[in-house]
Amino acid sequence: MNITVTVNGEPYEAEIWPGESLLYALRERLGLPGSKNACEQGECGSCSVLLDGKLVCACLVLAAQADGHEVVTVEGVAENGQLHRVQEAFVDAGAVQCGFCTPGLIVATVDLLRHNPQPTDDEIREALSGNVCRCTGYAKILDAVRLTAQA
Amino acid sequence: MSAAPTRKLELGRVGEVVKRVDAIPKVTGEFAYSSDLHAAGMLWGHTVRSPHPHARIVSIDISKAVGMAGVHAVLTHEDVPGDKRYGLEFKDQPVLAFDRVRYVGEPVALVAAEHPEQARRAAAAIEVDYEPLELVVDPEQAADQPAIHPQRWTEGHGYRDDPRPNVVRDMRIVRGDPDASGEVAVEGYYETGLQDQAFLGPESGLAVPDGEGGVDVYVATQWLHVDRDQVAPCLGLPKEQVRIHLAGVGGAFGGREDLSMQIHGAMLALHTNRPVKIVYSREESFFGHVHRHPARIWAEHRANRDGKLVCVRTRILLDGGAYASSSTAVISNSVSFAVGPYAVENALIEGTCVYTNNPPCGAMRGFGAPQSCFAAEAQMDKLAAALGMDPVELRLRNAMAPGDELPTGQKITGSLPVAEVISRAAAIPVPEAEGLPRDPIRLPGGAGNTTRGDGIRRGIGFALGFKNIGYSEGFDDYAAARVRLFPDAGGELVAEVHFAGAEVGQGVTNVILQTARAELELENVMLAQGSTAEVGSSGSTSASRMTWMASGAVQAACRAVRDELERRGGSLGHGEEIDLERVYRHPRTYPVEPETGQITGGPAHVAVACAAMRVVVEVDVELGLTRVVWVGTAQDVGKAFNPQAVEGQIEGGTAQGIGLALMEEIQTHDGLITNASFTDYLIPTALDMPPVVAELVEDPEPEAPFGVKGVGEPPTVVSTAAVMSALRDATGRELTRVPVRPDDICL
Repeated sequence: MNITVTVNGEPYEAEIWPGESLLYALRERLGLPGSKNACEQGECGSCSVLLDGKLVCACLVLAAQADGHEVVTVEGVAENGQLHRVQEAFVDAGAVQCGFCTPGLIVATVDLLRHNPQPTDDEIREALSGNVCRCTGYAKILDAVRLTAQA
Repeated sequence: MSAAPTRKLELGRVGEVVKRVDAIPKVTGEFAYSSDLHAAGMLWGHTVRSPHPHARIVSIDISKAVGMAGVHAVLTHEDVPGDKRYGLEFKDQPVLAFDRVRYVGEPVALVAAEHPEQARRAAAAIEVDYEPLELVVDPEQAADQPAIHPQRWTEGHGYRDDPRPNVVRDMRIVRGDPDASGEVAVEGYYETGLQDQAFLGPESGLAVPDGEGGVDVYVATQWLHVDRDQVAPCLGLPKEQVRIHLAGVGGAFGGREDLSMQIHGAMLALHTNRPVKIVYSREESFFGHVHRHPARIWAEHRANRDGKLVCVRTRILLDGGAYASSSTAVISNSVSFAVGPYAVENALIEGTCVYTNNPPCGAMRGFGAPQSCFAAEAQMDKLAAALGMDPVELRLRNAMAPGDELPTGQKITGSLPVAEVISRAAAIPVPEAEGLPRDPIRLPGGAGNTTRGDGIRRGIGFALGFKNIGYSEGFDDYAAARVRLFPDAGGELVAEVHFAGAEVGQGVTNVILQTARAELELENVMLAQGSTAEVGSSGSTSASRMTWMASGAVQAACRAVRDELERRGGSLGHGEEIDLERVYRHPRTYPVEPETGQITGGPAHVAVACAAMRVVVEVDVELGLTRVVWVGTAQDVGKAFNPQAVEGQIEGGTAQGIGLALMEEIQTHDGLITNASFTDYLIPTALDMPPVVAELVEDPEPEAPFGVKGVGEPPTVVSTAAVMSALRDATGRELTRVPVRPDDICL
């Protein structure tokens, strides 16, 4: 089947097999592999994207469900070639190690700060508890979110 | 003509916080991980795996799969072009199973198809007839059951001879008088569960045929050259025709030391003459790599009333699972560090690793030391209680120092600031207890806690751990680096560094660049993609060795280039270049004597590093729920190459140790993994991790470049033990098994 999706402001058309997830379509059909495939069962948050402005795991959305909708992925967070302040903070704070969780965390943090510009530590932990990181122990990820919120 | 600049460097001083160069592509999503790769005409590979833990293969019928839509290849063991088996230490593991399967998930057949779903469907259409065999799943019984492997792989390799079936390696360290008695003795029996590395980037890679019979494999791995050395013979190809290139690695933690898709992808690519990508699912990943060895450890500690250890006796049993992987080295580490960094004159340490039909075990961060540390530190707490002595004081009284000997007889000649890490960790102020009521998110079990904190008890624990840095026991441990120096179009000198060491997230990319920039006094340094085609072996990203080895090798190559530049008058003209490769070796190590475990001719380990950790927990003793409130640690880091990166290793390594203490365990039933998902195998989230206060104890290692020590493993070694110590303090229970279960801590 054919789908039309607006991704990061650009219209995309793709021919897909109906069983494919939005994550698969982004990565393998649309050439946007930034959203990551760590568990593909909605547990780790590494494929977090905004679907019509709502934070979702792209692995749990069928590509067909995104037909006619708007998606923002990690590739669409930077603007005019400038890193988003959340991305800058992740670099500065040392919040990136292997980086496989990073795209999902960037999108989730952007979403958190849009709804809650000055989150408490508990609110940060709760908001990001659906994004699993195996490398950092989260300390520097929390630093990055605090850094952005203070800026 | 261009000359080397002498201006002050903006980047590259060792010891400074330097932003990771790979962080920017990682935050924008541009960084290409092994599962992100794509090539024109690419097919998808899929692996058919055994549903049986131990069975004879009666027949394999691929006829239904062969003609299915989109299917380009269906391969079995008959299609393996060269050696039928491979392995890190012994070639005991079939590329594709023949005659029999030895664990659930063992690869049996391969499919390549145009769409991954077509490949999965074709895989499901392959019919394999199995005849179940007697199961060996209890490690205590394994040495009395029929051999899983007809061959004794360790025989004739200089190991202690143990003729019992299913023994991978049996070790013994006999020190002084193992029968020496003290005034006080404590005894305990401990168990650790099967932990998974749970790296987030699944096993994956892309194999591309070169059209001339050779193949390029782009893969997430920990050691490119040892991959090549295992892949090429199985493909029946000379090494030059198999080029392994490092693709982006989504975490490793030991789980990528063994091969996963490398041979399989290459076979499919060569067979179809098309690029083939293989990406494991999360479920498949649990079956697709080795895990941390589950351990059963008995220990007896004898001491005098003043707390001084007199004799330590311990027996360690590791379940190695179906194939050897790196088990011989893991059991060696378990026994080597079984006592902890304590000076003791008398010891008997016995260790056995067995084959079973459980999931294969091999390398995971800590490499045999976390299990031993958990048991040894539980014993030290028990001894402190028996003596009525403060546990920190007991550890200080027995702390090993340079000049003391390990139980193997190896004298510590380098840095080992045990007393300092103990004192500094113990001096970090512990936070005040938080009162009630409070936000349920800060209760044990979080918002799911239904008692609102009525049953909370607080506990404070302390532990000490240590581990070797680099390869041991006489392994020729080296790393090669190659540096090209040339003028760019504008005449400015540029250096290109080739190094095959795997960046797995730990930050070795920055170590390489910081070293090269400092040595060459040059800002413009690039790091080429790691490849077996461009530079010699770096050794593995493991054993906390890569910062040491990479900085040593890059330093040597840069100094050679600098000397050559000087010889040429200090400048290079257009079209000129210097291209030199150098090999770095750390000081030599030696095997231990097989019957006594005592050193032969020289040290068995090149260096050791220690860490101490204090942990505060809260336990809801009515619900069996836990919360780690706070961690304070002091770690012996030699010299912090990049303090921010070192802290990141300590925080992340601590998270994995907390995971083993509280939640992480692969559950098996008759060899079958029953929780192969992130729904059922839990790893710490942002809600589970406490703040970690880390003190970096800098006592430079004299033999290491810049005085560095590896920093990745000590926090994982010590943190499980430290959390359990705190849980014991909170509950008064012995808590002899990790991960702890709610039943264990409900009072």
